[in-house]
Amino acid sequence: MSLIRDKDYGTPASPSEKNVTLEIDGFKVTVPEGTSVMRAASSIGIEIPKLCATDSIDPFGSCRLCVCQVEGGRGYPASCTTPVSQGMKVQTENAKLNQIRKGIMELYISDHPLDCLTCPSNGNCELQDMAGTVGLREVRYGYEGKNHLKSEKDTSNPYFTFDPSKCIVCSRCVRACEETQGTFALTIDGRGFDSKISPGQNEAFMDSECVSCGACVQACPTATLMEKSVYQKGQPDHSIITTCAYCGVGCSFKAEMKGAEVVRMVPDKNGQANHGHSCVKGRFAFGYATHPDRLTTPMIRKSIHDPWQKVSWEDAINYAASEFKRIQEKYGRYSVGGLTSSRCTNEEAYLVQKLVRAAFGNNNVDTCARVCHSPTGYGLKQTLGESAGTQTFDSVMQSDVILVIGANPTDGHPVFGSLMKKRLREGAKLIVADPREIDLVKSAHVKAEYHLKLRPGTNVALVNALAHVIVTEGLVKEDFVNERCDIDSFNKWRDFVAQERNSPEASEIHTGVAAQKVREAARLYASAGNGAIYYGLGVTEHSQGSTTVIGIANLAMATGNVGREGVGVNPLRGQNNVQGSCDMGSFPHELPGYRHVADVTTRSLFESVWGVKLEAEPGLRIPNMFAAAIDGSFKGLYCEGEDIAQSDPNTQHVQEALESMECVVVQDLFLNETAKFAHVFLPGASFLEKTGTFTNAERRISPVRRVMPPKAGYEDWEVTQMLSNALGYAMDYSSAKEILDEIASLMPTFKGVSFKKLDEQGSVQWPCNDEAPDGTPTMHIGQFVRGKGRFMPTEYVPTSERTTGKYPLILTTGRILSQYNVGAQTRRTDNVAWHSEDRLEIHPHDAEDRGIVTGDKVAIRSRAGVTVLHTLVTERVQPGVVYTTFHFPESGANVITTDNSDWATNCPEYKVTAVQVEKVAGFSQWQNEFQAFTEEQLSMLEKATAAG
Amino acid sequence: MSITVYVPGDSSALSLGAEKTAVAIASEAAQRGVEIDLVRNGSRGLFWLEPLVEVATPAGRIAFGPVQASDVPGLFDADFLNGGSHALSLGLTEEIEYLKKQERLTNARVGIIDPVSLEDYLAHEGYRGLQNALQLAPADIVKQVTDSGLRGRGGAAFPTGIKWNTVLNAQGGQKYIVCNADEGDSGTFSDRMIMEDDPFVLVEGMTIAGLAVGATQGYIYLRVEYPHAHKNLNAAIAAAEKAGYLGADICGSGKAFNLEVRLGAGAYVCGEETSLLESLEGKRGLVRYKPPLPAIKGLFGQPTVINNVISLASVPIILDKGGEYYRDFGVGRSRGTLPIQLAGNIKHPGLVEKAFGITLRELLYDYGGGSATGLPIKAVQVGGPLGAFVPESQFDTPLDYEAFAANWAVLGHGGVVVFDDTVDMAKMARYAMEFCAIESCGKCTPCRIGSTRGVEVLDKIIANEDRANNIALLRDLSDVMLNSSLCALGGMTPFPVLSALNHFPEDFGAE
Ligand SMILES: Cc1cc2nc3c(=O)[nH]c(=O)nc-3n(C[C@H](O)[C@H](O)[C@H](O)COP(=O)(O)O)c2cc1C
Ligand code: SF4
Ligand code: SF4
Ligand code: SF4
Ligand code: SF4
Ligand code: FES
Repeated sequence: MSLIRDKDYGTPASPSEKNVTLEIDGFKVTVPEGTSVMRAASSIGIEIPKLCATDSIDPFGSCRLCVCQVEGGRGYPASCTTPVSQGMKVQTENAKLNQIRKGIMELYISDHPLDCLTCPSNGNCELQDMAGTVGLREVRYGYEGKNHLKSEKDTSNPYFTFDPSKCIVCSRCVRACEETQGTFALTIDGRGFDSKISPGQNEAFMDSECVSCGACVQACPTATLMEKSVYQKGQPDHSIITTCAYCGVGCSFKAEMKGAEVVRMVPDKNGQANHGHSCVKGRFAFGYATHPDRLTTPMIRKSIHDPWQKVSWEDAINYAASEFKRIQEKYGRYSVGGLTSSRCTNEEAYLVQKLVRAAFGNNNVDTCARVCHSPTGYGLKQTLGESAGTQTFDSVMQSDVILVIGANPTDGHPVFGSLMKKRLREGAKLIVADPREIDLVKSAHVKAEYHLKLRPGTNVALVNALAHVIVTEGLVKEDFVNERCDIDSFNKWRDFVAQERNSPEASEIHTGVAAQKVREAARLYASAGNGAIYYGLGVTEHSQGSTTVIGIANLAMATGNVGREGVGVNPLRGQNNVQGSCDMGSFPHELPGYRHVADVTTRSLFESVWGVKLEAEPGLRIPNMFAAAIDGSFKGLYCEGEDIAQSDPNTQHVQEALESMECVVVQDLFLNETAKFAHVFLPGASFLEKTGTFTNAERRISPVRRVMPPKAGYEDWEVTQMLSNALGYAMDYSSAKEILDEIASLMPTFKGVSFKKLDEQGSVQWPCNDEAPDGTPTMHIGQFVRGKGRFMPTEYVPTSERTTGKYPLILTTGRILSQYNVGAQTRRTDNVAWHSEDRLEIHPHDAEDRGIVTGDKVAIRSRAGVTVLHTLVTERVQPGVVYTTFHFPESGANVITTDNSDWATNCPEYKVTAVQVEKVAGFSQWQNEFQAFTEEQLSMLEKATAAG
Repeated sequence: MSITVYVPGDSSALSLGAEKTAVAIASEAAQRGVEIDLVRNGSRGLFWLEPLVEVATPAGRIAFGPVQASDVPGLFDADFLNGGSHALSLGLTEEIEYLKKQERLTNARVGIIDPVSLEDYLAHEGYRGLQNALQLAPADIVKQVTDSGLRGRGGAAFPTGIKWNTVLNAQGGQKYIVCNADEGDSGTFSDRMIMEDDPFVLVEGMTIAGLAVGATQGYIYLRVEYPHAHKNLNAAIAAAEKAGYLGADICGSGKAFNLEVRLGAGAYVCGEETSLLESLEGKRGLVRYKPPLPAIKGLFGQPTVINNVISLASVPIILDKGGEYYRDFGVGRSRGTLPIQLAGNIKHPGLVEKAFGITLRELLYDYGGGSATGLPIKAVQVGGPLGAFVPESQFDTPLDYEAFAANWAVLGHGGVVVFDDTVDMAKMARYAMEFCAIESCGKCTPCRIGSTRGVEVLDKIIANEDRANNIALLRDLSDVMLNSSLCALGGMTPFPVLSALNHFPEDFGAE
C-alpha cells in the first residue's frame, strides 16, 4: 500500500483521431492532433515544470513556467498552450529555459511565506516541488517588498480553509469551479499585483455561492485551499480506491489514509463515473463513520420499552435466530421476512435475500427501492426489456437536447449535474419539466429553453401531450420505429396519443402548462440530433409512476432516441446501490436478475446451487408486510441498513406495524428510527469498513474496498452469514469475493464480473458476459433487449389525492445537496452547516393569504396526519404547491404523506399530498410524542447494560 | 451668397477654445448682418494653431489661427471673410509647410469635410472603395489589401492581408470584424482624429473588411474617454444605414453588414486584442493565450478580424486606388504611410502623415520645430509607453519597422513623445515599470509580480542601494519579462526600461 499520486499530464487529452509525430528533446512521440506540447512530453515521461496547468481543466498559460523552445519558432512559448504539429522539434530544457524558470520562481517566492516546515502542504506541494526542480537558490528581491503575507485566512467552510497569503493566483481553483463544478463561485478580484481570489463578491466562502464540492481544493497546487483534516492530521501515507456510499452517481474515491484513519477522500481521476470530481457529501461528509453515536456492540431486549442489554455477537445472533424460529413455529413460515437496502453492497443484498429465501423459506423480501425506483424497473422492463437506464453518464456529452423530468441533478446527483451543466454550457438545449424551479432552470451560464412548470401529479398528462405533438406533427422517426419496434404496439399507441383529449390544449387544464410551450418543447426534443431524457423520483413516486416511465420510454422510442451515445432513457437513481439491490433479487417476486420466482427453470437453478427447495409464490411487499403486521400475521423482520420508520410513507401506520411485531432485528450504524422499535440491534459496518460492490445508475459495478477494520468486528455480510447459520441454513463464504463469484455464476448479466476484473478495469457496466466481456456502456444498440421495442398506451388517471376546500394545497417533497435521504449520516457531519432543519417552501401568494412570513411555524395537515415546520416564502414553488425536504426525523414529513401508491409497484406517492397549511405556535401531537419516544429510547440506550 | 467658415469641432480644437470661437463668429456675423455658412469640420492636426479657422475663398481655403473668441471682432474688422490680411492669417491652408509636405492618404479628408455629412464624404471620393469592392470576389478584395503591403497600425505591424486571408479561409458560422479603437498609448490621437473627423472612412473600411472575409457583423471597441468620437461614429453609422451603405442589403448587393459601437472598459490592457475580445464578450479583460489566433477563434469563439482604426481606415483608399497605388509609398517592407503623432516637449505638436522612410530628425525638427522649451532633445519615446527610448544618435534612422527593430526599438502606433535634456532616464525607466504594474491584467507571473518588483529594484537603484547588483537584477528581471510574459504589456516593458539603461547609463549612476 502506498500513496497513489496520479500522473498529471498538465492538459486534457485531445479527442482527435488524427495523429501527429514530433520530436521532444530528441525523442520521437506520436500523439493525437490538438495535444499540447506539455502533454505530449509528459506522455513520454518528460515532465515540463508547470504550476497553472493541470489536466482536469483547460490550459490557461499564466504561470509561464512551462516555456519551451520550438525549432524555427520565435521566443519561448508556453508548452501547455502550444499545440503539437507534425515534424515539430521541441526543447524543454536548456540553460536559457532554466534561467527563465528560475526567474519566475524567484518572483513567486518573493511573495510567499517561508514556512514550508509548518505548512500543511509540506511534502505535497507543487510550488515547493517547482522551486526544487528549477534549482532556486536565492531570492534577490528580498522579502520587504509589496506582498500578500498579511492576508487573512477564511475558515468559514467547515471542511477547508482558504489562506490567501499562500496563493500564487494560478486560477486553477477558479477554473475548477467553472469547468469542473459549473458553479462559478470564484472570481479574481483586482488586477495586476493586487489580483486575489474572491468567493462571490469578496465574501467568505460560506456566504458565497460555493457548494463545497472541493474541486478547487483539489486543484490548488499550494496550501491556500486545504482540507482542515490535513491541517489536523498531516499528509496521508497510503491510499485505497473505493466507491462513495451516498448517491447513485457512484463516484470513485481514493481514501487517503494514515494507519486506519481516513485523512481525506479524494475523488479518483480514473473513476469512470466521476472523472475525479465529487460533491460535498462524498468528499467531506465521512465523519459519521467515526461519530460517537456509532453503536459497536450488539444489543437485545424483550420489549421495546425495556432498556437495551449489551451482549456478545454470539448471544445476539442466537437470540435473533431463536426468536425467528419461535415465531415461525407459532405463526407459520410466512410470518417473518427481511429487508435489504440500497445502502448495502450487492453482496450484502444478495445474502439477505438468500437468507430469506433459503433460511426463512419464503419470499418475504423487499427493498427500499420499493419506495423510489420500483416503477423504473417495471416500466423499462415492459417497454425496452431491461430494468435499467440505457446510457453511461458520459453519454450526456453527446446530447443536443436534454429533457429533465422530475429530477434535480444538481442537488440529488451533483457530480452528474455538473457534467450535464458542462454540456449545456457547450450549447446543448435544456427542457425542464418540474413543478418547482430547480437550479438547472436558471443558474450560472445555464438556462432552460423551456420550463414546463406542471402541477404535481400530472406527469402522465404532460408526457401524453408531448407524445401527441410528436405523433400529430409528423415528428416520429418512422425508420427507427419500423425497424426496431413492435409495429402493432406502435400503431395502438399512436392512435391513443393522437386523440384530441391528449393534445397539449386539452391537457392544459390538468398540467397548468401552456399548450404552446408544450408544443415547442416537444418539437425541440423530437428534432434534436440526440435527445436524452433524465428523470428521477419526481416521475416514479406517484400513483401513476410506472405509467410515466412507460410514457417516457414511448417518447424515446418514437423519436429514435435509444441505442447510441447521447440519447436514451436515464433514471437518476437516488441511493448508491438502488440499481444493485434491485439486480440482486431483493423483490418478493423476483430472484436475482429479475427472474420471476414462479419460473421453474430459474428456481431449479437456484435450488441446485443453494441446496434448498424454493417457494414459488411471491412474498410480501413492504406495505403488505406492514398491513400483515397490523392484522397479526407478520411478526418478525430482519432489516439491514434501512430506516423504514422514517423513510416510508404514513409514519404512524409504519410505527403501528413495527410495534405489532415480536422480533425486529435492525442492523445499522446508529440507533436509527426503526431501531427504536427493535428487539435486536446488530452493529453494522460503514462503507469504509467492508468489501463489496455497488452498482450505480448507469449499471456500473464499482468496488468498495475496506480501508479500516470494522468497528464492531464484522462486515455486514458476515453478520448475515452468522444469522443464517444460526437459523440452520449453512453459509460459509470466506470473503465478499466468493459471494460475487456465486452471483456471477447465477446471473447471466453478471457472468463476467469478478473482483479481478474490477481490479483491472476499475469498474464495469453490466451486462458483462461472454458477448460483452468489457461490459456494456450503452444498451439496446441495434436491438432492444426484449427484441422489438414495445409501445404501451398511457391513460392519464388523475390521482385520487386531490385538493379540496379542506386541503387546498399540494405538498411535494425533495432533497438537497448537503443532506442525504433520512440524513442519518449527513446529520452527523458538518454538513448541517448548510441545512440544519427541513423547511416548508411556500409561494408568497399562499403565504400572504394565510398571514405567513418566512420563519413562521406552520402546521401542515393532510388526510393522514399533521406536522409542524418553519417556513420559507419563495417563488421557486408555484402558487398552490408547497415543498419540503425530508432529511430530519423530527420533521415528520412522512406523517403527512398518504399510503397512496403506484398501481403497478406500490411505490408510494410521496410527491403528491393534499394539505392545508396554517400558522401555529407549537409542534404537532405526533412531534411531541416522537420527542417523548426518542427521549425514552435514548434513555434505554443509556441504561444499556453489559450482559451479566 | 453666404461665405463658408470652418471652425473645427475636433476635441483637440475644442479643448483650446474652438467652441467659444465658433459661437463668437456666428454671433459677430449675425450682428454685422453677414451671412455665413458655419461648418464644424475636423482638425487639420496642427495643434499649436488650434482653433484653426478657415474661410472658403475662390483661391481656396484660407487659414487663421490660433483664433480665440476675443480675436473674432478683429478678424471681422480685417474682413477675414474675404481673405483680408490679419496677424493670425496663415495664408492658404494647403500651403502651410507642415501640411503641404504631408502625404495624407488615410487622413485625406480629415479637417476638410464635415465629419458627419454623408454628402460631404461622397463629394470627397467617399465610398468609392466600397463600390469597387462590391464588384470583387472576397479573395480579390483580400488580394488588394495584401498587395498594398498594409501592416497593422495598432502596434504589431502584422500584414493585414494575411490576417484577412486567414479569416476568409476559416470555417465558422458567424464571422466578425472588430475595430480596435481603444487607443491607449499616451500621446497618440490618430485613431481619435479619424473617428471624430472622418468616421465614414472607418465605417467604409470595416464594411469592405466584412465583404472580404464574409463577416456580417462588426463592432467598434471604443475607448470610453472618446465621447466625441462616439457621437460622430454613431451619427455616421445611422446615416450609412439610412442610405443603404450598412444593413441587410449593402447598396443593393444583397450582402449584409451591421456595425455597432461598444464602449471599452477603461484599462490599457483592454487594447490588447484578446483582452479586448474578452471585454467585448462581457468578461473581465484578461489576456488569452495564442494560438488559437483571433482569426481562427476570436469573438465568441468565431473567426474574427481585429484591426486598428488606422489599418481599417486605410482600406478604402486601397480599394479605391488599388493596392499598387498605396504600395508605391514607403520603403522596404514598410509600405504606404504612417500617421505620426508628435507630442510631449515639442514646439509643433500634431499629426504628420508621411510615407515610411522619413527620419526621426526630419520629423522632430522640420515638422516639430525642436523642443517646446528650446532645450536640446535628449530622447524620444516612439511607439507608446511600451516603446523604446531613442537617443539623439539614432535620430537619422528612417521610419521603417525593420530599421527600428534593428535598433531594438519599435514604431508601434506612430506616437512620438519628446523629452528635452532635463529628463532623468532612471525615473523614466521607473515610470515604465510602474505603468506596467498599474496596467497589468495580472494573469501572468512575470508581469504581475515582475513589474512590481521592477519598481522596487529601480527605487533601490535610484536610491543608490547596492547599485551594481540591483542593475544586474533589473537586467535579469527584464529578460524574464521579455521572454516569458503572456502579452506585450509585460513583454515590452523592458524596451523603455533597458533602452533607458543602455543609452543613458549615466542616469543610473554609471561613472
Ligand atoms: C497592452 C497592449 C495594448 C494595446 N493597445 C492597443 C490599442 O489601444 N489599439 C490598437 O489598435 N492596438 C493595440 N494593441 C495591439 C493589439 O493587440 C493588436 O495587435 C491590434 O489591435 C491588431 O490590429 P492591427 O493589426 O490593425 O494593428 C495593444 C497591444 C498590447 C499588448
Ligand atoms: S468548493 Fe466547489 S463550489 Fe465551492 S468554490 Fe470550490 S469549486 Fe466552487
Ligand atoms: S487558491 Fe490555490 S488554486 Fe486558487 S489561485 Fe490560489 S494557489 Fe491557485
Ligand atoms: S454523493 Fe453522489 S455525487 Fe456526491 S460524491 Fe457520492 S456518489 Fe458522487
Ligand atoms: S503581460 Fe501583463 S497584461 Fe499581459 S497577460 Fe501578462 S499580466 Fe496580463
Ligand atoms: S503551466 Fe504553462 S503557463 Fe503555467
